[in-house]
Amino acid sequence: MNTTWSRFNVTSIVLGFAFLYLPIVLLIVFSFNESKLVTVWGGFSTKWYVSLFHNQGLMDATWVTARVGVISATFATVLGTLAALTLTRYTRFRGRLLFSGMVFAPLVMPEVITGLSLLLLFVAIGLDRGFLTVTLAHITLTMCFVAVVVQSRLVSFDRSLEEAAMDLGATPVKTFFQITLPVIMPAIVSGWMLAFTLSLDDLVIASFTSGPGATTLPMKIYSQVRLGVTPEINAACTILIAVVAVGVIIASVANKRREVQRQLDERAAQRG
Amino acid sequence: MSNAAVTSASAPATNADQSILARLGAAFVGRLVIIIPYVWLLFFFLIPFIIVFKISLSQTAIAMPPYTPVLDFKDGISGFFAGFGALSFDNYAWLTQDALYFNAYVTSVIIAAISTVLTLIVGYPIAYGMARAPATIRPTLLMLVILPFWTSFLIRVYAWIGILKPEGLLNQLLLATGIISQPLIILNTYTAIFIGIVYSYLPFMVLPLYSSLEKMDYSLIEAAKDLGCPPTSAFWKITFPLSLPGVIAGCLLVFIPAVGEFVIPDLLGGSQTLMIGKTLWNEFFANRDWPVSSAVAVILLLLLTVPIMFFQQAQARAQEQDK
Repeated sequence: MNTTWSRFNVTSIVLGFAFLYLPIVLLIVFSFNESKLVTVWGGFSTKWYVSLFHNQGLMDATWVTARVGVISATFATVLGTLAALTLTRYTRFRGRLLFSGMVFAPLVMPEVITGLSLLLLFVAIGLDRGFLTVTLAHITLTMCFVAVVVQSRLVSFDRSLEEAAMDLGATPVKTFFQITLPVIMPAIVSGWMLAFTLSLDDLVIASFTSGPGATTLPMKIYSQVRLGVTPEINAACTILIAVVAVGVIIASVANKRREVQRQLDERAAQRG
Repeated sequence: MSNAAVTSASAPATNADQSILARLGAAFVGRLVIIIPYVWLLFFFLIPFIIVFKISLSQTAIAMPPYTPVLDFKDGISGFFAGFGALSFDNYAWLTQDALYFNAYVTSVIIAAISTVLTLIVGYPIAYGMARAPATIRPTLLMLVILPFWTSFLIRVYAWIGILKPEGLLNQLLLATGIISQPLIILNTYTAIFIGIVYSYLPFMVLPLYSSLEKMDYSLIEAAKDLGCPPTSAFWKITFPLSLPGVIAGCLLVFIPAVGEFVIPDLLGGSQTLMIGKTLWNEFFANRDWPVSSAVAVILLLLLTVPIMFFQQAQARAQEQDK
């Protein structure tokens, strides 16, 4: 294929990425602003980060958010992987249409509906709103995203590997843990990352399902944004962005290294 | 593996027993693979909707929870059926009587539709440029589109407040360069909502567009060019129709959540904006009227049923194709 990368294509990509990244860059830049105004540059300062760490409410919310994120992402990864296996391996069973509907619908469902319906469920079964309910809500939402990510890896999975293992006498369960799981591991890891960041990010569903004592960071940021824009919020946002960016970079580097290793192994095997 | 071969040769009977056991075990484990996520989603996704529907038919009460229970099993099955008499459609009648709700639904659909078209116009050139980029840098470009998706939605919306404010960065830039002499009022208008939705949902549009444009055979374009077809009409006759699956998927991924969007109209649109997600939020949190907010949710869900079914079908078809 003859790929001509015209000036038009380059321009549209540059403009597109500028549009995507400029607001985030400006937000980060103004978190280091000396002035209390978010839009007028008054010199470099890290004082907002210092005051951030003395804001007890914000620190508590961060701790709640981190715990909800780790717990819900872990459960969502297990459930989402099972859902992905169901979608790709069991093409015929009763209620499959309903199942795939329930996996895909939460991806696009407006958050206000998901939040409200989960809250009404928790009230109906008499569960007090708090840490547990937010976590359950996040598991439900994010497992569907994990399912989609893992599913896309499973679709391209070479099943003859599994068949070979079973021909050689491995039980299906052993085959899954020794063959299937290692191969789809990168997708599971990125599914976990996605689930974690979605949980970290969620305002609407958390607002519905959380109770006193379980205020998450987005809820805290939201209530402060309503009162006015301050560099302190910029600083909080910058830290959140940094955490996510570091996580994504580590994941992608690890992924790349694994890929390189795999290619080396394959080449070695061929030379045999 | 040599072990397995030895066992099967020396003790065929026990091996057969084992394989039956193993098969039974596998069948059970296989069932569990389906049952666990199925039950979870039934309990935390489907049943909550039924409860929303039920509560939308109950009456508001000053209590905790703030509604009168209907269709309870407290009095047994007969009590459940007797409960049908207590159902009230007052909340739905209320929604039709007050023009506020109707306007909010209509405005939401219009805003979502306009934003979807705008996102398509902004996203298409980006996806096209990415698909035609040298194959070596394509993964990097893809990563760069996905990366903002990982950063907080709330933060990305918040970033625009500082830019769009009357004394914000955009106005400072335009005033300094002399393009305008009066600061533009963008924040708390519908323009700000459009910008917010296009910005936040752009990756959702670019990714499906890219995946269908990347698969395209560009020799078709060259053939058209050789036969004397001008580039614009080659685009409309070949490229665009071939990218249609991506266009449809991208538009649905933007339109459906945008209709019920809360954060963007609330932070960028100001208090005057009438969008249904915000109305539901206010009914719930400010007015504490759970039955009415449930009724709002039921109607919103009905409104989105058709596009959501379309989306699910498109997903199922893509799944089949991948196999």
